[in-house]
Parts: sequence; structure tokens; C-alpha cells
Amino acid sequence: MNVVVCAKQIPDPAAPQSLEPSNNLNRSGKLILDEADTYGVEMALQLVDAAGSGEVTVVSMGAAADVAGLRNALAMGAAKAVIVSDDTLRGADALTTAKVLAAAIGRLEPDLVLAATESSDGYTGTLPVQLAELLDLPSITFAKKVTVNGTTINVERQTEAGYDEVTSPLPAVVTVTAGVVEPRYASFKGIMAAKSKPVEVLSVADLGLGDVVAAGTGQAVTRVVAAEARQSGEKHVDDGDGAQKIVAFLESIKVI
Amino acid sequence: MTLSSLWVLAEPSNGSLTTGSLELLSAAHALATNVAAITWGDANAVAALAGEYGASTLYSVGDLGGALPGAPVASAIARLVESHGAPDAILIPTSYDGRDVAGRLSAKLNATVLTNVTGLADNAGLETEHPIFGGTQSAFARFTGSAPGIVVVRAKSFAAESTGGSPAVVAAAPIGDLGASGEARVLASHVEERTGPQLEDAAVVVSGGRGLGSADKYALIEELAGLLKGAAGASRAIVDAGWVPYSRQVGQTGKTVKPTVYLACAISGATQHMVGMKGSKNIVAVNKDPDAPIFQIADLGIVGDVNSVLPALIEALRQRA
Repeated sequence: MNVVVCAKQIPDPAAPQSLEPSNNLNRSGKLILDEADTYGVEMALQLVDAAGSGEVTVVSMGAAADVAGLRNALAMGAAKAVIVSDDTLRGADALTTAKVLAAAIGRLEPDLVLAATESSDGYTGTLPVQLAELLDLPSITFAKKVTVNGTTINVERQTEAGYDEVTSPLPAVVTVTAGVVEPRYASFKGIMAAKSKPVEVLSVADLGLGDVVAAGTGQAVTRVVAAEARQSGEKHVDDGDGAQKIVAFLESIKVI
Repeated sequence: MTLSSLWVLAEPSNGSLTTGSLELLSAAHALATNVAAITWGDANAVAALAGEYGASTLYSVGDLGGALPGAPVASAIARLVESHGAPDAILIPTSYDGRDVAGRLSAKLNATVLTNVTGLADNAGLETEHPIFGGTQSAFARFTGSAPGIVVVRAKSFAAESTGGSPAVVAAAPIGDLGASGEARVLASHVEERTGPQLEDAAVVVSGGRGLGSADKYALIEELAGLLKGAAGASRAIVDAGWVPYSRQVGQTGKTVKPTVYLACAISGATQHMVGMKGSKNIVAVNKDPDAPIFQIADLGIVGDVNSVLPALIEALRQRA
């Protein structure tokens, strides 16, 4: 069973974030593997392990000057990585990104494509399903449990009220929520092995997508303004009266 | 000038429509001359409701035969665009199925999709508002390509207001041939037991974060929520850690809440969390770290250990009961 995991290298979410003059996210600092993607990598490794054969390929789009984040996925156990990197992709929207990834993934003919429900920098949350549509594949989003039985995938899918049992033939695209599996830490052996694993860098031209990217994104950010700041109120250091302060506050707003 | 036509994805829920759908119908009604809704399942059962909130037409995709809604509903909408012409935009609630429909439809129509929208205005064309960096800044965007734009709107961005309109006229919206893309099937649905109000609807929300220290301490959050007749929420950190289910998550990747009062307990206030709760009328924060960002937006901040403050608070509330 061959599994592709969509992965994204993003600016560290814990670090301060800013926009460039173009209103694109400033990505000039160190990039890391989006933590949300580590769940997909772990699940892919477990599914390939359970199937007894096959491999995990990580597919990404973005700057390829630093691929430490992808090496992290390779160190966890993925066999190889493919990254589409091209200056013309700066500021690409979700649909353009999906077209690029669909072309890169289509060549690999995977049995399953896994992705996070959304990235931790852009939060668009539509890419995996756009990808499924472009590849003409079924999709199941928000998986909290995944099992594969031959050429069928069974998923417990998060819903507002609880969860649904959903089934689909393979190949398919599935998005996994955080916490669905416990991502492994890369071992020293894994980290060493990752250094010699292949990382293929592709351009837009390599995929024959020049026209697609040149067509642009169909959206424009018109302005960015500071949101109205919420004023902070009183702050007390608890010396045993913290609970009473809260009770008094709740009374003042007539909640109790 | 108003927009001429907006369509709204109206998601069915237990014989009614979801609150998020009604919010979008209201927003569309305020912006456009013609509002149409698209639903699936029993359209006749919700035609009066769709009309009351502003839709004149209700397109019925019909029974999905157990298929996940994303592929068939997007296919039906794409066919409507072909046969009826494109509206200015299609508004879709941020929900599990809504996002599936938006993604499928975007790829089918080669149409741009804007997500995480919290505001809509007609500013010589549709303009969308998006909170970024935890809601500290707002980005405004517009579509530059051909219609329709696809807009995915966060819950609680608009009030759901009855317009007193007459029932929407139901019209069929056939799905067409889906091929492999429509093969995901729902075999069974499970409803998780819950007590008290829904997180999104509760007047009081008590949320816990990683500073609780361990999963068993979340019981304090639930007990406090119960005493205040509210709902228990959580930060992404403890959902990812597996302490509580995803359905409890408040924030960018979880639910948006706007209760009368939000109690943030041992939550530092990551931007990811703040965007989901900063619209609360009142915010109370309890945190050990006096520099925690949550204090910057709290009406009342208690610098202290939740493991002493919360039990004392629970005791005080019990004595009042």
C-alpha cells in the first residue's frame, strides 16, 4: 500500500507572525513541519506497516531552500519527499495549490492520500477536498479513526453530534484530525537515514502547469487593518480571595 | 447598490436548518436582491424556514442515498450554475460538510474560495473580512475572477433574523453523474451523550487548557460549567493531547463562542484560541503566569493556580445553590 501525505513547512506558529508588503505571510524565518501534518505521517506509517508492503511519500509545495521540515517526516519513516518549488507560486491560493499538488501526486498513483484538516498557518481547510475533486477521488474529512481492509477504507468521521462510520473504496483522500494517533519521535537512526533519503524538487514547468499558475488566484487582499483592541480589565494576584473576586464579578454581570 | 444574487448552502439538521445556515440567509438577504438556498434531504420540510430567513427559492438536491454530502451537493450546485447562470457568490457555513461542499465546488467550477470569513459588505462588489493573527488584525479581500466567488463563513458572524418572508419555492437540483468522487458512504451515525447546553449556544462557557496539568483535572472544568448551567470547552493543546474530544475545542480550528461570560482556566491565550472566544461579552481568566496573553483581553484576571482557585469557586457556588 502506497500512501502520500500532504505536508507543509510553515513559520513556527509560536513565533511572532507578520505580513509582507504584498500581504503574503512573511515566511522568511525558519520553517518547520506543520505539527498538524505529523499525525498524517504517523497514520500513513502505521497503515503501510499493517498492510505489510508499500511506502510513504511526503508531498509538499513551498520554498525548497530549507527542507528540514520534510527531513523530519523522512526521519519518522517516510521513504521519500517531493516538493514543488517555484517563485511563480508565491501567494498561490488554495485552488492553485491543489492543482499543483494534484499534478505532483497523480504521477505517484497512490492508494491513499492523507492530509491534515487544515494547515496551522493559512487555515483555509479546503485544499484536501479540492485535491480529491481534481484527482476524481472520493474524500472523507475529519477522520478520528482509520482502518484499511484490502481496497476499502473505513473511517470514524467527526460530526457535530458525535461521529459517523464512513466507508469508501481506495484510492481516496482522507483528512485526519490532531490526536488521531500519537506521532512518533524520530530516532537517531531515523534522523541519520533521512539525510540520504531522496527529496525531489519540481518546478511548475516540470509539471506542465505554467498556464495554470499564470492564470492567477482570483482573489486580492484589499487592505489589512488593526482590529479593535479589547481592553483588559482588573488583574488580581490570588491570595486566597480569587474565587470570591470571580463570584462578585459573575454577580455584577447577573450570571449568578 | 446591492448585489443582484447570492446563494446560500442551507444545511439540514434534524428536520430544520443549522443556525449557521440561518445566519448566512440573513446576511445574504441584507446584501442581495435575490437570495436562493440549496439544501438536501427533505426540502419541503424546511421551505417555510428558508423563506422566513430570506430565501425566495430553495433548490432541493434531494435524498443523498447515504453518500457524504460534499461531492453530490457540490455537483448539484455546479449544474445549477450551468443551467441558471452564476450568482455573485455562494455563501457556505464553516462546518464539516460545508467545507467539503466548498472544496469540491471550487475545483468543479474553477472558482476561488475565501474561507474564515467573519464579515461581508457590498463595497462596489462583495468584500470579505478575515480575522488574522488571532483576530488582532483584519484582512479584507475581494474576488477578482469571474463569478461565482465561494465564501466560507465562520459561525456567529451574523445574527439570524426572521424577515417574515413567505415560504421559499422548492425547485429540483439534480446531482448528475459523480463517478468515483461520490463513493464515500455513511454506514452509521453515533450521537455522543452530552448534558447541558451546546458549546455554541451556552450563555456561560468554562474552558480548560494545558495549565490544568493533567487530564483528570478537566473534571473541575466540567463541574464548574455544570454549576453555572454552562458548557465546558477546551484549548487546542488539551484536545491534541487527547484529554477531551475535538467537539469541545474553542478556537481557530474549533468552535466560535460568544457567551455572556467566558471563563478561561489555565489557558495562556494562544492566537489560535483567542480568535474563537474574543467576541465573548465578558472574559474571566485564571492563570499562574502574570504575563499570559489571555490577561490582555480579560475583564477580570486572576493570577493564581487553578488547582486552588477552581475548587474554592466550586465550593462557593455550591453554597449558593
